[in-house]
Amino acid sequence: MPKLLVTNGRVIDPSQNMDRVTNLLVVDGRIAAYDVPSDGSAEEMDATGWIVAPGLIDIHVHLREPGFEDAETIATGTAAAVNGGFTSVACMPNTDPPIDSQGTVELIRQMAAAKGHCNVFVVACVSQNREGKQLAEIGQLVEAGAVGFSDDGSPVHDAELMRRAFEYCKMFDKPVMNHAEVRELSQKGVMHEGLVSLVLGLTAMPAAAEDVMISRDISLAEATGGRLHVMHVSTVNGVEALRRAKLRGVRVTAEVTPHHFTLTDDCLRTFDSNYKMNPPLRGQEHVDTIIAGLKDGTIDCIACDHAPHPKEKKMQELDQAPFGIVGLETSLGLVVTRLIAPGHLDWPTALAKMTINPARILNLNKGTLQIGADADITVIDPDVRWQVDPAKLRSKSSNTPFAGWELQGRAEVVVVGGVVKLRRNALSH
Amino acid sequence: MTTEAAILEELGEVPAFWTRRHLLGLEELSAEEITLILDKAAIFRRVLDSHGRKIVTLAGKTCCNLFFENSTRTKTSFALAARRLGADTLDFSASNSSVSKGETFIDTARNIEAMGIDVMIVRHQTPGSPHLLSQNLRCSVINAGDGAHEHPTQGLLDIMTIQQRRGSLKGLTVALVGDILFSRTARSNIWGLKKLGAHVIVCGPSTLVSPRWAELGVEYCYSLDDILPRVDVLNLLRIQFERQATRPFPSVREYAHLYTMDSERLSRTKPDVLILAPGPINRGVEVTPDVADGPQSAILDQVTNGVAVRMAVLWLLCKDKMTNDE
Repeated sequence: MPKLLVTNGRVIDPSQNMDRVTNLLVVDGRIAAYDVPSDGSAEEMDATGWIVAPGLIDIHVHLREPGFEDAETIATGTAAAVNGGFTSVACMPNTDPPIDSQGTVELIRQMAAAKGHCNVFVVACVSQNREGKQLAEIGQLVEAGAVGFSDDGSPVHDAELMRRAFEYCKMFDKPVMNHAEVRELSQKGVMHEGLVSLVLGLTAMPAAAEDVMISRDISLAEATGGRLHVMHVSTVNGVEALRRAKLRGVRVTAEVTPHHFTLTDDCLRTFDSNYKMNPPLRGQEHVDTIIAGLKDGTIDCIACDHAPHPKEKKMQELDQAPFGIVGLETSLGLVVTRLIAPGHLDWPTALAKMTINPARILNLNKGTLQIGADADITVIDPDVRWQVDPAKLRSKSSNTPFAGWELQGRAEVVVVGGVVKLRRNALSH
Repeated sequence: MTTEAAILEELGEVPAFWTRRHLLGLEELSAEEITLILDKAAIFRRVLDSHGRKIVTLAGKTCCNLFFENSTRTKTSFALAARRLGADTLDFSASNSSVSKGETFIDTARNIEAMGIDVMIVRHQTPGSPHLLSQNLRCSVINAGDGAHEHPTQGLLDIMTIQQRRGSLKGLTVALVGDILFSRTARSNIWGLKKLGAHVIVCGPSTLVSPRWAELGVEYCYSLDDILPRVDVLNLLRIQFERQATRPFPSVREYAHLYTMDSERLSRTKPDVLILAPGPINRGVEVTPDVADGPQSAILDQVTNGVAVRMAVLWLLCKDKMTNDE
């Protein structure tokens, strides 16, 4: 493996509080040294004016394989990840079959090793067959490589099962990642309950459906000492409950999606199913609270809930169309455009939420550029403006509400384990 | 004199400010556009009341009723409206099962459109479905009711009926009573009535009427008895049992106790109060038979006006416009 010298980039590595312009040397797939002068012994990559960051990590991705290969495969999903600047993703277990057995975890890891373009970590089911009745064989799943547990797509409805999951996962120091939703309250809702749903006459999910579940899970995590990771938090009271729980020392972390800090329920006025997601897009007060939660650290990380669906499924009546959008290839651009450019977050804080923080949530040995670490590197042009073209996405699906949007900031070079996986525009600059 | 020639002359051309290809809701219409429809509807109402009952002005046009949800009155009303204008009509009753063959409803509509359709009249249980079709078809689309969202021709015919009895909507207090939350008729009425200057009250149990409705510029109220003395029009909406996932009141008996319009309640209204009901009515639930059939009731008039309003809408959407080149 040739040496690689990334020169003159602004290296921002929140894991070691580093933010300075320097040269970074990669040898044998690992971070080898800083401040190395260019002497011609390594392949050089000029990163002048660009940001050199630890490879981005998204811990909430649906790769859809096995079972839903019409929407995405491990190959296409990881290609989308790399195109979006991600070097590691954690994939969700709502596949067919669901990831609730050692064999399925191993299958996915093998397929990812063979066909994947980036690192794939496996989140396995909390319950057998995602039915919410009996714990999955969590110990064996951990042995097979599962890094976290979730019945995502469905909430863990049964409070007793959730309590046992916290207690049991604690033994392995793995988080329980819950999709917080009380189904009795959300019913068959397709959007957030508010003035817009009232006008449109659409069945709606109240914010309380999420609030109640987040509060329950916090109580159970507190009672058991287990580790809770709240997925895609989207409500005012959810963020507030997290803030208070963290002050009390409850072992809880949270993620937010780019669409929840960018869009509101007002978008549903178009009746476009690309605005149908779960949790739903909410009102502006929720968006403002989420941004405040990102700023004060209540929300630890950004994860896009990449949810590919084939066009024919999304082109249905709003109540028939499935929830979710693809997000891997717009996530970084939305973070820059909606959080960094307006001054909500500075670069180190934003990058922490896409590198070291998600790595810590899942205990991944990733998200850092410390000497000796795996050479997963994302080189970002912070200023470039580009237009989202659904036809150019590397994902197999193109269900994005951001078609035609002009975004700022893009990954120009992506290195995974020392191997250059993306080099956009043949380094024209 | 209501000869065909005179009627045609009175109808005139479609004015230039009417540029719509679809009628999807009253929310997006201006007061001017609503008034235009109502003015033309008044002319068509005279046609319906005349001996001939027919005015052939859309010969060669084809209107398709594409109903994904049950309906008798609206479907018949649209079909009759089209025939009274000399257009051809086609019925396509697509129960949910027709789409269960695997075809998306957009494909279903595209296939029918390919047979040569000028206007697709769409009823669907999901809000926004007519909007989705309007973006995917080349023909005109009329929303004949999309879930709890809008039912613009129902709103128009209700308003037309009030107008006929009272002249102007300005300053009138109109109460919509009952299942507001699940009612597309309520929403279309609210938009239309407010644009024409009426004061609107939505009245019903607190599970079906919330303070949030005030954000639409209407008054909300839980007690029918409280508002009886000051309303000019009572529009009694049907309880949409089929849309309610959980029953929003303890029993039909309790609902009837609090909200049924009966002769005792009628005695506490203004003497010239107008009773409307979009139908189908549950006699004894929203309204008792003596009130429904009494002198204050305009329920059957609404039905006749429905045909006239739909003729006006079809005419405005279908009639070829004069262009500047001609």
